[in-house]
Amino acid sequence: MRIRRLLAMATKETRQIWRDPRSLLIALLMPFMQMALLGYGVSLDIKHLPVCTFDREASQNSQALLKRFQASEYFQIVKVAGTYRQVTTALDHSDCRMAIIVPPDFTERLSDTGASSVQAIVDGTDTNTANIAIGYAQAVIGAFAANVQLQATAYQGRPLQVLQPVALQSRVWFNEDLESRNFIIPGVIALVMALVGAQLTSLTISREWERGTMELLISTPVTPMEVMLGKLVPYFVIGMLDATFCLAVSVLWFGVPFRGTLATLFLATALFLIVVLGIGYLISVNIRSQVGAAQMGVLVTLLPTSLLSGFAFPIDQMPVAIQGITYVVFARYYITALRALFLKGSGVLDLAAPLAAMVVYAAVIAFLAARAFHKTLD
Amino acid sequence: MNTTDAPDTPIVVDRLVKRFGAFKAVDGVSFRIGRGEIVGFLGPNGAGKSTTIRMLCGLLRPSDGRARVAGFDVGRDPERVREHIGYMSQKFSLYADLTVAENLRFFGGIYRVPPAVFAERMRFVIDMAGLAGRENALVSTLAGGWKQRLALGCAILHQPPILFLDEPTSGVDPESRRRFWDLIHNLSADGVAVLVSTHYMDEAEYCDRIALIDRGKLIAFDTPAALKRNFPGGDLLVIECDALGAAIGALETAPRVHDVAAFGNTLHVLVEDRAAAIAALQPYLAGKGVTVTRIEPIAPTFEDIFVQLVGRKEAA
Repeated sequence: MRIRRLLAMATKETRQIWRDPRSLLIALLMPFMQMALLGYGVSLDIKHLPVCTFDREASQNSQALLKRFQASEYFQIVKVAGTYRQVTTALDHSDCRMAIIVPPDFTERLSDTGASSVQAIVDGTDTNTANIAIGYAQAVIGAFAANVQLQATAYQGRPLQVLQPVALQSRVWFNEDLESRNFIIPGVIALVMALVGAQLTSLTISREWERGTMELLISTPVTPMEVMLGKLVPYFVIGMLDATFCLAVSVLWFGVPFRGTLATLFLATALFLIVVLGIGYLISVNIRSQVGAAQMGVLVTLLPTSLLSGFAFPIDQMPVAIQGITYVVFARYYITALRALFLKGSGVLDLAAPLAAMVVYAAVIAFLAARAFHKTLD
Repeated sequence: MNTTDAPDTPIVVDRLVKRFGAFKAVDGVSFRIGRGEIVGFLGPNGAGKSTTIRMLCGLLRPSDGRARVAGFDVGRDPERVREHIGYMSQKFSLYADLTVAENLRFFGGIYRVPPAVFAERMRFVIDMAGLAGRENALVSTLAGGWKQRLALGCAILHQPPILFLDEPTSGVDPESRRRFWDLIHNLSADGVAVLVSTHYMDEAEYCDRIALIDRGKLIAFDTPAALKRNFPGGDLLVIECDALGAAIGALETAPRVHDVAAFGNTLHVLVEDRAAAIAALQPYLAGKGVTVTRIEPIAPTFEDIFVQLVGRKEAA
């Protein structure tokens, strides 16, 4: 390998990126748009869930209960129904996700038997939201029930006492407020890097074939290694700049805590970039049309990164066979490392396992990429 | 030019074969090209010109036979071959989104032209291509003649002793073609061996030797003068007359006429003996109602030669 030829390749490639609006758009604008879209768009928190109420008793008691729903930031009462038909219609039209129905004998049963019930009808089409909504509703009802009991004992002149013999005192570590954004954003960085990285390089070789410049290039003494490195080095620099940009947006704009060290972050990012750039390059070598290469790039990076990396769906909740597949999805290691870096402040030693996996991955991809390109028209 | 490391016969082609599946694109081609020699590669599209040149550049692996370029085997040692050649491919293949100077700097870097020499080489190429003042123009904005001279410039930047030019003048205006051939002659004078393919038959005149290729087979390899001298199959006459169509029909069945072909509004007629034919054909055509305004011997063009050589092969 000759540095002179490598430099000539890298300079040429950089100039071409600079003059190609499409490359520039992918390199600079896409990370920005994706961070904004995914950072704001993807949230697993449930706040202001639209609720429909149907108060069949219309007593002071029942209203007090419903007020608690109104007061909670998790729910928002969007409809007060007067009939069951209105409740079903509201659910059918997705005007609300949950309906709270207070029975006509709510207070009566409470004072007679000391126990009463409230009906909640939940739209189960989105199971995740439904589960969380039920949990929140139970919490609201539980707080109300505790209050009722407290008042009852007070009337009977008995001393106030602790009602729960055993109570759970929970404390959340790493993501103290359970902000799903803190969990999602590091994943978004991986998603952006995977997409941008593969998109950029998946076109470099196919572009030369399509424009006819490849025939001349391979008639020169340039070696496949020089072609590969000369083409990938500029994109590596762009990728690292993009990563820095994504990090800045995450911390400064979205307020995600970053507790690790920058050195570890850049080490993990560099390894990840080698893998995605290498995969893009491999695609480019094997698919000679730019359109085909771009599509393949999306297929092998975006899909596994968004579905099988633990970005949105926890890997340990997947069926065992699928869990096995995720070990091949390189993004899972990067996402694991990023989350640990951002939220736990893990160091290199804590991240030895995912980093080692990425080193192996990067080495394999680099090896395959270096051998992929042949200087022949055959 | 730095040609000291080239052997006396820089290009030696020995029974070269290239198959694409069942199709033989190049079928046992052999020839040699010496230092400073310009060899014109003539033949119709698909005859195997580009395939042969690509094998000699190490871009395609020969299916059979051997070729040595600059003393290196093109099948076994293509990388060493590439260090000693300059190549202009059939399709324009410089970077259109780079400027003239950026393209030259790129190829200067790829061929590792020593920095001390590079400025002078770049000046030389820019002057040669007539691109002074356009160094910073994007290549996509250049007209055909300039593009083609720049492509030649990029191919000779590193002073290779061997040049392969695949239809370098196609789609270029006649003035630029003329100028291009002057440049090739200058290179040849410096000792560069040049194999240049073309489908312009008139360009054959500019070459030291002609290689005629048809359907993968080399059908002639000689100097232009010798090819004309040994024109196969008889004498050539040119006939001007009215009723061209009727004349062709009549001549095809005329005695001692081997071939008739239309060249614009004249006919080229291949006959056994020119004196006898001139005497016989005018009355013969008059008898068929064709008035001849001109009938005389003519020197064969390369198109005539090519048609005859290909026709004879077909008959054989």
